[in-house]
Amino acid sequence: MDPSALDNNLFVALTMGFGAFMPALAIGWICSAAMNAIGRNPDAAGRIQTPMVLAVAFTEAIAIYSLVVALIIKFV
Amino acid sequence: MAFNSLAPAENQVDPAAAEYTGEENVETTTSGITPPPLASETIGHIGAFEIRNTLLMAWLAMLVLFTVAIVLWRTRYREVPGRFQSLMEMLVEGLFDFFDSVVQDKTLTRQFFPLVATILIFLVAANWMGILPGVGSITIEGMHDGYLVPLPLFRSMNADVNMTLAIALISVIATQAFGIAALGVLPYAGKFFVPPWKDPIGSFVGILELIAEMAKVISFTFRLFGNIFAGEVLLVVISFLLPYLAPIPFLGLEIFVGFIQGLVFALLTLVFLKMATMAHDQGHEQHDSVIPHLAS
Repeated sequence: MDPSALDNNLFVALTMGFGAFMPALAIGWICSAAMNAIGRNPDAAGRIQTPMVLAVAFTEAIAIYSLVVALIIKFV
Repeated sequence: MAFNSLAPAENQVDPAAAEYTGEENVETTTSGITPPPLASETIGHIGAFEIRNTLLMAWLAMLVLFTVAIVLWRTRYREVPGRFQSLMEMLVEGLFDFFDSVVQDKTLTRQFFPLVATILIFLVAANWMGILPGVGSITIEGMHDGYLVPLPLFRSMNADVNMTLAIALISVIATQAFGIAALGVLPYAGKFFVPPWKDPIGSFVGILELIAEMAKVISFTFRLFGNIFAGEVLLVVISFLLPYLAPIPFLGLEIFVGFIQGLVFALLTLVFLKMATMAHDQGHEQHDSVIPHLAS
Protein backbone atom coordinates (compact mmCIF):
# COMPACT_ATOMS: atom_id res chain seq x y z
CA MET A 1 0.00 0.00 0.00
CA ASP A 2 1.56 3.27 -1.02
CA PRO A 3 1.86 5.99 1.66
CA SER A 4 -0.40 8.55 -0.03
CA ALA A 5 -3.35 6.12 0.05
CA LEU A 6 -2.67 5.49 3.74
CA ASP A 7 -2.71 9.22 4.42
CA ASN A 8 -5.98 9.61 2.57
CA ASN A 9 -7.64 6.80 4.49
CA LEU A 10 -6.26 8.15 7.75
CA PHE A 11 -7.82 11.56 7.09
CA VAL A 12 -11.11 9.95 6.15
CA ALA A 13 -11.11 7.95 9.37
CA LEU A 14 -10.19 11.00 11.45
CA THR A 15 -12.87 13.12 9.78
CA MET A 16 -15.56 10.57 10.51
CA GLY A 17 -14.25 9.87 13.99
CA PHE A 18 -14.19 13.46 15.14
CA GLY A 19 -17.22 14.41 13.09
CA ALA A 20 -19.37 11.67 14.58
CA PHE A 21 -18.15 12.18 18.15
CA MET A 22 -20.18 15.20 19.22
CA PRO A 23 -23.36 14.41 17.23
CA ALA A 24 -23.38 10.93 18.81
CA LEU A 25 -23.18 12.52 22.24
CA ALA A 26 -25.87 15.03 21.33
CA ILE A 27 -28.26 12.40 19.95
CA GLY A 28 -27.78 10.37 23.12
CA TRP A 29 -28.57 13.48 25.12
CA ILE A 30 -31.69 14.31 23.14
CA CYS A 31 -33.00 10.76 23.42
CA SER A 32 -32.25 10.56 27.13
CA ALA A 33 -34.13 13.81 27.70
CA ALA A 34 -37.04 12.46 25.66
CA MET A 35 -37.00 9.20 27.64
CA ASN A 36 -37.07 11.19 30.87
CA ALA A 37 -39.99 13.21 29.62
CA ILE A 38 -41.89 10.11 28.50
CA GLY A 39 -41.14 8.46 31.83
CA ARG A 40 -42.58 11.40 33.69
CA ASN A 41 -45.60 11.70 31.47
CA PRO A 42 -46.23 8.54 29.41
CA ASP A 43 -49.39 10.01 27.84
CA ALA A 44 -47.33 12.66 26.09
CA ALA A 45 -45.18 10.08 24.26
CA GLY A 46 -46.81 10.81 20.91
CA ARG A 47 -46.28 14.54 21.27
CA ILE A 48 -42.67 14.13 22.37
CA GLN A 49 -41.56 11.68 19.70
CA THR A 50 -42.09 13.98 16.70
CA PRO A 51 -39.95 16.87 17.96
CA MET A 52 -37.43 14.31 19.19
CA VAL A 53 -37.07 12.78 15.73
CA LEU A 54 -36.75 16.28 14.26
CA ALA A 55 -34.08 17.30 16.75
CA VAL A 56 -32.20 14.07 16.10
CA ALA A 57 -32.39 14.76 12.37
CA PHE A 58 -30.94 18.24 12.82
CA THR A 59 -28.17 16.90 15.04
CA GLU A 60 -27.46 14.16 12.58
CA ALA A 61 -27.00 16.80 9.88
CA ILE A 62 -23.71 17.78 11.58
CA ALA A 63 -22.45 14.22 11.26
CA ILE A 64 -23.68 14.20 7.67
CA TYR A 65 -21.53 17.26 6.90
CA SER A 66 -18.47 15.39 8.11
CA LEU A 67 -19.57 12.41 6.01
CA VAL A 68 -19.67 14.73 2.99
CA VAL A 69 -16.17 15.96 3.77
CA ALA A 70 -14.97 12.39 4.24
CA LEU A 71 -16.50 11.34 0.91
CA ILE A 72 -14.84 14.31 -0.79
CA ILE A 73 -11.44 13.42 0.70
CA LYS A 74 -11.89 9.78 -0.22
CA PHE A 75 -13.26 10.04 -3.73
CA VAL A 76 -12.51 13.48 -5.17
CA MET B 1 -26.06 -14.20 -3.39
CA ALA B 2 -27.31 -10.69 -3.50
CA PHE B 3 -25.09 -9.26 -0.80
CA ASN B 4 -21.81 -10.60 -2.06
CA SER B 5 -22.09 -9.11 -5.46
CA LEU B 6 -23.44 -5.66 -4.55
CA ALA B 7 -20.23 -4.31 -6.01
CA PRO B 8 -18.84 -6.15 -8.98
CA ALA B 9 -15.12 -6.44 -8.44
CA GLU B 10 -14.30 -5.61 -12.03
CA ASN B 11 -15.89 -2.24 -11.62
CA GLN B 12 -12.95 -0.35 -10.27
CA VAL B 13 -10.07 -2.21 -11.83
CA ASP B 14 -9.96 -0.18 -14.99
CA PRO B 15 -7.46 2.70 -14.90
CA ALA B 16 -9.98 5.47 -15.60
CA ALA B 17 -11.97 4.50 -12.53
CA ALA B 18 -8.77 4.38 -10.51
CA GLU B 19 -8.11 7.98 -11.42
CA TYR B 20 -11.59 8.92 -10.29
CA THR B 21 -11.42 7.14 -6.92
CA GLY B 22 -8.14 8.84 -6.11
CA GLU B 23 -4.85 7.13 -5.38
CA GLU B 24 -6.41 4.13 -3.68
CA ASN B 25 -7.38 1.21 -5.89
CA VAL B 26 -8.39 -2.42 -5.70
CA GLU B 27 -4.89 -3.57 -6.54
CA THR B 28 -3.31 -1.56 -3.74
CA THR B 29 -5.82 -2.66 -1.11
CA THR B 30 -4.96 -6.03 0.32
CA SER B 31 -8.34 -6.52 2.03
CA GLY B 32 -10.41 -7.32 -1.07
CA ILE B 33 -13.47 -5.33 -0.06
CA THR B 34 -14.79 -3.36 -3.00
CA PRO B 35 -17.33 -0.82 -1.83
CA PRO B 36 -19.84 0.34 -4.45
CA PRO B 37 -18.61 3.35 -6.43
CA LEU B 38 -19.85 6.79 -5.44
CA ALA B 39 -21.43 7.55 -8.81
CA SER B 40 -24.13 5.47 -10.43
CA GLU B 41 -23.26 3.65 -13.63
CA THR B 42 -24.60 4.29 -17.10
CA ILE B 43 -26.24 1.15 -18.42
CA GLY B 44 -27.72 2.47 -21.65
CA HIS B 45 -28.57 5.43 -23.79
CA ILE B 46 -31.68 6.95 -25.32
CA GLY B 47 -30.17 9.30 -27.85
CA ALA B 48 -27.70 11.37 -25.86
CA PHE B 49 -29.62 10.75 -22.64
CA GLU B 50 -27.86 8.41 -20.24
CA ILE B 51 -29.91 5.77 -18.48
CA ARG B 52 -28.33 5.20 -15.08
CA ASN B 53 -29.07 2.19 -12.92
CA THR B 54 -30.46 4.41 -10.15
CA LEU B 55 -32.78 6.03 -12.70
CA LEU B 56 -34.06 2.59 -13.70
CA MET B 57 -34.69 1.88 -10.03
CA ALA B 58 -36.65 5.13 -9.69
CA TRP B 59 -38.80 4.14 -12.67
CA LEU B 60 -39.36 0.73 -11.10
CA ALA B 61 -40.45 2.32 -7.83
CA MET B 62 -42.80 4.61 -9.75
CA LEU B 63 -44.13 1.61 -11.66
CA VAL B 64 -44.95 -0.17 -8.39
CA LEU B 65 -46.71 2.90 -6.99
CA PHE B 66 -48.60 3.53 -10.23
CA THR B 67 -49.69 -0.11 -10.30
CA VAL B 68 -51.12 0.19 -6.80
CA ALA B 69 -52.84 3.43 -7.79
CA ILE B 70 -54.30 1.91 -10.99
CA VAL B 71 -55.54 -1.20 -9.17
CA LEU B 72 -57.19 1.06 -6.62
CA TRP B 73 -58.71 3.20 -9.37
CA ARG B 74 -59.99 0.17 -11.28
CA THR B 75 -61.80 -1.26 -8.27
CA ARG B 76 -63.47 2.13 -7.68
CA TYR B 77 -64.42 3.63 -4.36
CA ARG B 78 -66.79 1.44 -2.40
CA GLU B 79 -68.97 2.38 0.55
CA VAL B 80 -68.09 -0.91 2.18
CA PRO B 81 -64.37 -1.18 1.47
CA GLY B 82 -62.68 -4.41 0.53
CA ARG B 83 -59.39 -5.50 2.06
CA PHE B 84 -57.19 -3.60 -0.34
CA GLN B 85 -59.18 -0.39 -0.07
CA SER B 86 -59.21 -0.70 3.73
CA LEU B 87 -55.46 -1.03 3.79
CA MET B 88 -54.99 2.03 1.60
CA GLU B 89 -57.53 4.03 3.58
CA MET B 90 -55.73 3.08 6.77
CA LEU B 91 -52.43 4.20 5.26
CA VAL B 92 -53.72 7.53 3.98
CA GLU B 93 -55.79 8.29 7.08
CA GLY B 94 -52.94 7.34 9.37
CA LEU B 95 -50.56 9.61 7.46
CA PHE B 96 -53.08 12.44 7.44
CA ASP B 97 -53.69 12.21 11.18
CA PHE B 98 -49.96 12.04 11.83
CA PHE B 99 -49.24 15.10 9.68
CA ASP B 100 -52.18 16.89 11.24
CA SER B 101 -50.77 16.26 14.71
CA VAL B 102 -47.66 18.14 13.56
CA VAL B 103 -49.36 20.99 11.69
CA GLN B 104 -52.41 21.23 13.98
CA ASP B 105 -54.48 22.92 11.33
CA LYS B 106 -56.77 20.82 9.11
CA THR B 107 -56.88 23.21 6.15
CA LEU B 108 -53.10 23.63 6.10
CA THR B 109 -52.59 19.87 6.39
CA ARG B 110 -54.94 19.40 3.46
CA GLN B 111 -52.75 21.74 1.39
CA PHE B 112 -49.45 20.15 2.37
CA PHE B 113 -50.61 16.54 2.35
CA PRO B 114 -50.16 15.67 -1.37
CA LEU B 115 -46.55 16.85 -1.52
CA VAL B 116 -45.42 15.51 1.83
CA ALA B 117 -47.18 12.14 1.56
CA THR B 118 -45.83 11.67 -1.96
CA ILE B 119 -42.30 12.29 -0.75
CA LEU B 120 -42.76 9.87 2.15
CA ILE B 121 -44.35 7.04 0.16
CA PHE B 122 -41.99 7.38 -2.81
CA LEU B 123 -38.85 7.49 -0.69
CA VAL B 124 -39.85 4.63 1.59
CA ALA B 125 -40.90 2.46 -1.37
CA ALA B 126 -37.62 3.18 -3.18
CA ASN B 127 -35.49 2.63 -0.08
CA TRP B 128 -37.14 -0.71 0.64
CA MET B 129 -36.85 -1.81 -2.98
CA GLY B 130 -33.14 -1.00 -2.77
CA ILE B 131 -32.48 -3.92 -0.41
CA LEU B 132 -34.41 -6.53 -2.38
CA PRO B 133 -32.27 -9.45 -3.53
CA GLY B 134 -31.30 -8.92 -7.14
CA VAL B 135 -30.67 -5.22 -6.77
CA GLY B 136 -26.96 -4.88 -7.41
CA SER B 137 -26.44 -8.55 -8.16
CA ILE B 138 -28.18 -8.68 -11.55
CA THR B 139 -25.56 -7.29 -13.89
CA ILE B 140 -25.55 -6.23 -17.48
CA GLU B 141 -22.62 -5.78 -19.83
CA GLY B 142 -22.02 -2.09 -20.19
CA MET B 143 -19.41 0.44 -21.17
CA HIS B 144 -17.74 2.06 -18.20
CA ASP B 145 -15.02 4.56 -19.05
CA GLY B 146 -14.29 2.81 -22.30
CA TYR B 147 -14.19 -0.74 -20.92
CA LEU B 148 -16.85 -3.41 -21.28
CA VAL B 149 -17.59 -4.45 -17.68
CA PRO B 150 -20.58 -6.00 -15.90
CA LEU B 151 -22.60 -3.22 -14.31
CA PRO B 152 -25.43 -3.71 -11.82
CA LEU B 153 -28.76 -3.30 -13.57
CA PHE B 154 -30.46 -1.85 -10.50
CA ARG B 155 -29.10 0.19 -7.67
CA SER B 156 -30.85 1.71 -4.66
CA MET B 157 -32.38 4.95 -5.94
CA ASN B 158 -31.21 7.21 -3.13
CA ALA B 159 -27.60 6.02 -3.39
CA ASP B 160 -27.40 8.56 -6.22
CA VAL B 161 -26.81 12.10 -5.06
CA ASN B 162 -28.66 13.52 -8.10
CA MET B 163 -31.93 11.92 -7.03
CA THR B 164 -31.78 13.19 -3.46
CA LEU B 165 -30.74 16.63 -4.71
CA ALA B 166 -33.76 16.69 -7.00
CA ILE B 167 -36.18 15.84 -4.18
CA ALA B 168 -34.44 18.31 -1.85
CA LEU B 169 -34.84 21.06 -4.46
CA ILE B 170 -38.51 20.18 -4.94
CA SER B 171 -39.01 20.33 -1.19
CA VAL B 172 -37.19 23.65 -0.65
CA ILE B 173 -38.68 25.39 -3.71
CA ALA B 174 -42.16 24.20 -2.71
CA THR B 175 -41.52 25.64 0.74
CA GLN B 176 -40.78 29.06 -0.77
CA ALA B 177 -43.80 28.80 -3.10
CA PHE B 178 -46.17 27.91 -0.27
CA GLY B 179 -44.71 30.69 1.88
CA ILE B 180 -45.21 33.29 -0.86
CA ALA B 181 -48.70 31.99 -1.62
CA ALA B 182 -49.71 32.18 2.03
CA LEU B 183 -48.15 35.53 2.98
CA GLY B 184 -47.57 37.43 -0.27
CA VAL B 185 -44.23 38.32 -1.82
CA LEU B 186 -43.24 41.31 0.32
CA PRO B 187 -44.20 39.93 3.75
CA TYR B 188 -42.44 36.69 2.91
CA ALA B 189 -39.31 38.54 1.79
CA GLY B 190 -39.60 40.51 5.03
CA LYS B 191 -38.70 37.34 6.89
CA PHE B 192 -35.24 37.47 5.39
CA PHE B 193 -34.62 41.13 4.63
CA VAL B 194 -35.12 43.37 7.64
CA PRO B 195 -33.86 46.96 7.31
CA PRO B 196 -30.86 47.28 9.64
CA TRP B 197 -31.83 50.81 10.85
CA LYS B 198 -35.05 49.43 12.29
CA ASP B 199 -33.79 46.24 13.86
CA PRO B 200 -30.05 45.53 13.55
CA ILE B 201 -30.21 42.12 15.22
CA GLY B 202 -33.26 41.11 13.22
CA SER B 203 -31.47 42.11 10.04
CA PHE B 204 -28.56 39.85 10.87
CA VAL B 205 -30.87 37.00 11.86
CA GLY B 206 -32.70 37.43 8.56
CA ILE B 207 -29.47 36.95 6.63
CA LEU B 208 -28.72 33.87 8.71
CA GLU B 209 -32.16 32.49 7.88
CA LEU B 210 -31.49 33.12 4.20
CA ILE B 211 -28.28 31.07 4.48
CA ALA B 212 -30.21 28.41 6.40
CA GLU B 213 -32.55 28.10 3.41
CA MET B 214 -29.54 27.25 1.23
CA ALA B 215 -28.13 24.88 3.86
CA LYS B 216 -31.46 23.03 3.90
CA VAL B 217 -30.77 21.80 0.37
CA ILE B 218 -27.37 20.45 1.41
CA SER B 219 -28.55 18.74 4.57
CA PHE B 220 -31.66 17.29 2.89
CA THR B 221 -29.53 15.95 0.02
CA PHE B 222 -26.72 14.45 2.00
CA ARG B 223 -28.75 13.13 4.91
CA LEU B 224 -30.69 10.82 2.63
CA PHE B 225 -27.79 10.06 0.29
CA GLY B 226 -25.37 9.47 3.15
CA ASN B 227 -27.66 7.10 4.97
CA ILE B 228 -28.57 4.97 1.97
CA PHE B 229 -25.08 4.93 0.46
CA ALA B 230 -23.56 4.13 3.87
CA GLY B 231 -26.13 1.32 4.15
CA GLU B 232 -24.95 -0.16 0.84
CA VAL B 233 -21.31 0.03 1.90
CA LEU B 234 -22.17 -1.42 5.30
CA LEU B 235 -23.91 -4.43 3.76
CA VAL B 236 -20.96 -5.07 1.44
CA VAL B 237 -18.43 -4.83 4.27
CA ILE B 238 -20.45 -6.99 6.67
CA SER B 239 -21.13 -9.66 4.06
CA PHE B 240 -17.40 -9.69 3.31
CA LEU B 241 -16.55 -10.20 6.99
CA LEU B 242 -19.08 -12.98 7.65
CA PRO B 243 -21.21 -13.93 4.65
CA TYR B 244 -24.86 -15.08 4.70
CA LEU B 245 -25.55 -14.89 8.46
CA ALA B 246 -24.10 -11.59 9.66
CA PRO B 247 -25.91 -9.35 7.12
CA ILE B 248 -29.38 -10.45 8.29
CA PRO B 249 -29.68 -8.10 11.30
CA PHE B 250 -28.18 -5.34 9.18
CA LEU B 251 -30.86 -5.90 6.54
CA GLY B 252 -33.37 -5.29 9.33
CA LEU B 253 -31.47 -2.14 10.21
CA GLU B 254 -31.62 -1.03 6.56
CA ILE B 255 -35.40 -1.55 6.50
CA PHE B 256 -35.64 0.61 9.60
CA VAL B 257 -33.25 3.26 8.27
CA GLY B 258 -35.05 3.35 4.93
CA PHE B 259 -38.33 4.09 6.67
CA ILE B 260 -36.91 6.59 9.17
CA GLN B 261 -35.06 8.56 6.49
CA GLY B 262 -38.20 8.80 4.35
CA LEU B 263 -40.14 9.88 7.43
CA VAL B 264 -37.52 12.46 8.43
CA PHE B 265 -37.45 13.90 4.91
CA ALA B 266 -41.24 14.24 4.82
CA LEU B 267 -41.48 15.51 8.39
CA LEU B 268 -38.81 18.18 7.90
CA THR B 269 -40.51 19.30 4.68
CA LEU B 270 -43.78 19.54 6.60
CA VAL B 271 -42.24 21.56 9.43
CA PHE B 272 -40.48 23.91 7.02
CA LEU B 273 -43.75 24.34 5.11
CA LYS B 274 -45.51 25.21 8.33
CA MET B 275 -42.81 27.66 9.39
CA ALA B 276 -42.83 29.29 5.95
CA THR B 277 -46.60 29.84 5.98
CA MET B 278 -46.54 31.40 9.44
CA ALA B 279 -46.31 35.19 9.59
CA HIS B 280 -43.13 36.55 11.12
CA ASP B 281 -44.43 37.83 14.45
CA GLN B 282 -46.95 35.03 14.68
CA GLY B 283 -44.06 32.60 14.75
CA HIS B 284 -42.68 33.77 18.04
CA GLU B 285 -45.82 32.96 19.99
CA GLN B 286 -45.98 29.43 18.71
CA HIS B 287 -42.42 28.42 19.50
CA ASP B 288 -43.47 26.53 22.58
CA SER B 289 -46.07 24.52 20.66
CA VAL B 290 -45.39 21.12 19.12
CA ILE B 291 -42.58 22.20 16.85
CA PRO B 292 -39.37 23.43 18.38
CA HIS B 293 -37.88 26.27 16.37
CA LEU B 294 -34.65 24.72 15.27
CA ALA B 295 -32.25 26.46 12.99
CA SER B 296 -30.45 23.96 10.81
